[in-house]
Parts: sequence; structure tokens; C-alpha cells
Amino acid sequence: MANDETKASDVISGEWNVRYNYSVGKVAGKFFDALKERKILATKSSKSGISYLPPRAYCERSFEACDEWVEAGHEGVIEAATIVSAAFEHLPPPPYAIAYVRLDGIDTAMINFVRGLDMSDVGAAMGKLKPGTRVKVEFVDKPEGKVTDFHYVL
Amino acid sequence: MSPQQVAVIGTGQTVFKKHHDDKVYAELVQDATLAALADAKMTPDDIDAVVFSMAPTEFVGIHDIEKWSVDSIFGAGKPLMRIHTGGATGGSALHAGYTHVASGLYNNVLVVGADRVAETPDSQHVLNLIWDRFYEFDFALNTVTMTALSSQRQMSLYGTTEEQFAQVVVRARANALRNPHAHLKGKITIDDVMNSAPISWPYKLFDCCPRSSGAAAMVLTNLEGARKKCTKPAFINGIGATASTVFQGDKTGPKADVEYADLAELEIAGKEAYGQAGITDPMREIQVAELYDPFSSMQFPQIESLGFCGRGEAAALSDAGAFDLGSELTVSPSGGTLCTNPIGVTGLVRAIEAANQVMQKAGDMQVSGVRNAVATAIGGSAQFYTCSVFGADHL
Repeated sequence: MANDETKASDVISGEWNVRYNYSVGKVAGKFFDALKERKILATKSSKSGISYLPPRAYCERSFEACDEWVEAGHEGVIEAATIVSAAFEHLPPPPYAIAYVRLDGIDTAMINFVRGLDMSDVGAAMGKLKPGTRVKVEFVDKPEGKVTDFHYVL
Repeated sequence: MSPQQVAVIGTGQTVFKKHHDDKVYAELVQDATLAALADAKMTPDDIDAVVFSMAPTEFVGIHDIEKWSVDSIFGAGKPLMRIHTGGATGGSALHAGYTHVASGLYNNVLVVGADRVAETPDSQHVLNLIWDRFYEFDFALNTVTMTALSSQRQMSLYGTTEEQFAQVVVRARANALRNPHAHLKGKITIDDVMNSAPISWPYKLFDCCPRSSGAAAMVLTNLEGARKKCTKPAFINGIGATASTVFQGDKTGPKADVEYADLAELEIAGKEAYGQAGITDPMREIQVAELYDPFSSMQFPQIESLGFCGRGEAAALSDAGAFDLGSELTVSPSGGTLCTNPIGVTGLVRAIEAANQVMQKAGDMQVSGVRNAVATAIGGSAQFYTCSVFGADHL
């Protein structure tokens, strides 16, 4: 029973340590394999005509399986962007820019970092990331089959 | 069989603040339970079923915490289910409680929950974990960046400015001064918001909600129960909800079926709720909107999605004072989610505040002449939306 001598500020500290091995599956597996060859592969539904990045096994709009693979262009258009100035635990050190970019030939936008941007003046940098702005895909020197193998640059 | 009329006859909430360090979670959730039961003039034995409102339990740090709460909310021996749709949890829990009563299966239902978001310093890390490990997790998505992205798009589409978002914060903090339960409150200026620490463009610190701790509860009953127990119940006359893809990037480009910047799914949920409630002219028929707006930019698209004005018009109306306390539409007289965000019950708090307005028991926050009030909740990767219409008259 709590009494006046129980300090309200008393806490018991703890942390969770849980490890996972996420099964990748065939669709994501093909996407990651293609990244090693510097290709960004999207899935497409012939029923709806919609092409998806990230790739989907099925089309939410037509409720049919995506039955084609199409290669995305290495340029695209910004649909939404932000620059993060605050530090969050376990997230990258700020500042960094992220953007949803719709790559050429693909109907949906995929998020990634925008690298190589001068962010010393965040307002000015955001002026360069307006929706509609064209950007390019840049791959890292040695792609390993991870989504972080590429990013966007102006 | 047509659904039973459902009514709110009791509400209860604790004060919301960063830490309730004088009690544990199970004790906190009991405080709101007791308050709602007293308000409904009921004893625990009167309750037939319990709906537990709780979002991710990683903030509290005890998994599936409804287990620990059963005894303290008088759930033993009764059907109990937990509802979880992220930020929309409280709205979805209300809808589950509604269907319990509307179906005729249960007469009196308790909807209750609590959250303690600041129990961990890693809350945005927890929120980053809601994205998949394959495609999106690595890019620092969390609730802050997720909504900052759609806000930048909103500004680009409609010309909305950071100052217009700041005005929303100024109004919310001032409204919260009248709310004894609110976490953040006070008289601040647009400059105060603009000069607060940058977080994720266009957000500054004051554009963002706090991490709140506290509990909320509501007692629902049918028409007969309402007549016996309550002179001024709030009738739930319409509920609407919809879910959307986890991939926000699908909501951009010429083939998108909803617009990312518009929170357009809420229009679907709103139309459903309005249809049930017989609302045809929201601006004329609804006096109060309690919105799920953890970030300042989330008010305008919701006001527009709910049909109070056209797309792109809410910001100018806000500047002109159209959503101030006592205007034609009072938006979040409680100060809303911007001032208080205990995630697992935030949607329920919105419903409680809307119901209290209809029941004429909102205290210093009371808006005069409220016949209908609407409450929203939004959760997940901008993908779960609920809308609920409360009326002084039943259908």
C-alpha cells in the first residue's frame, strides 16, 4: 500500500530485447535481387493497369494478382517531402530529407532519402523539394539487395 | 431487424499529463471507469460487456495490457474485447461498443482504456516500428514525418501556410484553458509557434501534440436504458469508418483513388455517418467538431472531408475565426488532440467531449445550443478513419 513515504517519482527501469528473422517471400525477394543489378522492379496488374512500388503480390484496386513485372525509370517526380531537424531515438541523426517519389513509368510513389542536399537553411532546402520536382535515382557503389541500396538526388 | 438506438449516458476521464507517477496503469484505468459509472448512475453489476480501448502497448511497456486491467475495470465474468486501430483505436472501440448495443445482444456496455505514452523515451521509435521491414521502415517514417509529408503536399496543393497551421495551435491551447483534463494549455501567439524548435518541416515543436498519460471511459445503453437513467443523453445517430492501404505513396499520382493531402478517406466515413444520422447540411446542423488532430496541419483536411467547407477553404475560414469557440462551428472546444494525446484513448476522449457537448455537461467548454456534434479518429499509416455523430434527439 502506498504511503506518504513512497516516492511518487520511483520507477523500475526495463527494456525489451526481441530478435526477428523476417521471411522475405517471392515478390520482395525478386525486388531485392534486382536491386543488386541496379534495377528497380515494380509489379503491375493487367486487370487494373496499375503498377506498384513497393511491389505488391496483388492489386488492392482490382483484387487480382499482379501478373507482370515492369522496370521503373531511374528518374521521377517528388510527390511529398520533408526535412527532419529533430533527433529521435534509434532514428538517423538529423538533418535528413525523405520524399515519396513516383518513378517514371510507375503509378505509385516510394519513399527514400534525398541525399546530397544542402540543408544548412532548411526553408531554402524545402524550396527545392516541392511536389512536382524531378529527381534522379542514385545507387550505392556496392548494392547488397536492400532497399537502402538506392536513394534520390536532385 | 433495424439496429437498436444507442445512447451515451455516462462519461469519465482523468486529468491528462506526462506522467501519473502516483499509480500504475491498472489503477489509472479504474479511475475513469468509476467516474463513468458514477456519471451513468450505474454499478459494475449493471455492465453487460466491456470494450477495451488500447493502441500499441509498447509505450506502456507491458504487452497486451488489457489482461492486467480486467479486475480493475470490473471485467471479470463478462465478455471483454480489446480494440486496436492505432490512433483510431478510441473511435473504433466506440463503434464496437455501439454495435454491442445496437445488435440487441447487450443492454449496457462500458468502453474504457488508458495510455501512458511517455513511459518510454522511445515513442517515435515505437511508431517507426509500425512500418514494414522491407520497404519503408528504414526511411524514418513515424507519426511526425508521416504527417509532415502530407502537410507539405497540402501546402503545395492549396497554398496553406505555416502561420495558418500556427493559428490552429493558438486556438487549441486557448480552448484547452477551459478544459480541466487537458495536458497542454495556455495563451500563446503565432510567433511562439513559429519560433519553437524545428522538428520536421513544416512542423515546429508547438505544431505537435504531447505524449500524454490518462484514462477515459464511456457507458453506452439502449433507448430504454437512456430513458431510465439519464435526462439528457447523447444519442449516437451515425457511425462511419473506413480503412486504407498502408502504402501512403499509393495516394499520389493520376491513378490514386484518394488524395494523400486531403485525408480523403474521412470523407467516406463522414458520408456514411451523416447518412445514418440524417445530416444533409453539416455546417448548419452540426455545432461542434472534436477532431483527431495530433498535428496542427490535420484540422483543415478533416474539416473539408467532413463537408463543412470546400477543399482548400478551411485555412482562410480558420484565419477569419470561423472555427473559434461559439462560432457557427466550434472546432475542438476541448483543445483537441493537439493539447492532449493519450493515443490508446484519444479517439474515445474526442467522443466523450462531443457527447458531453450534446449532453450540456461540458462545463466551461460548453457551447450553447449544441444539437449535434461530430467526433473523428485517425490511425495507422494514415489509414484508419472513424466518424461518429452524436445528437440530442434520437432517430
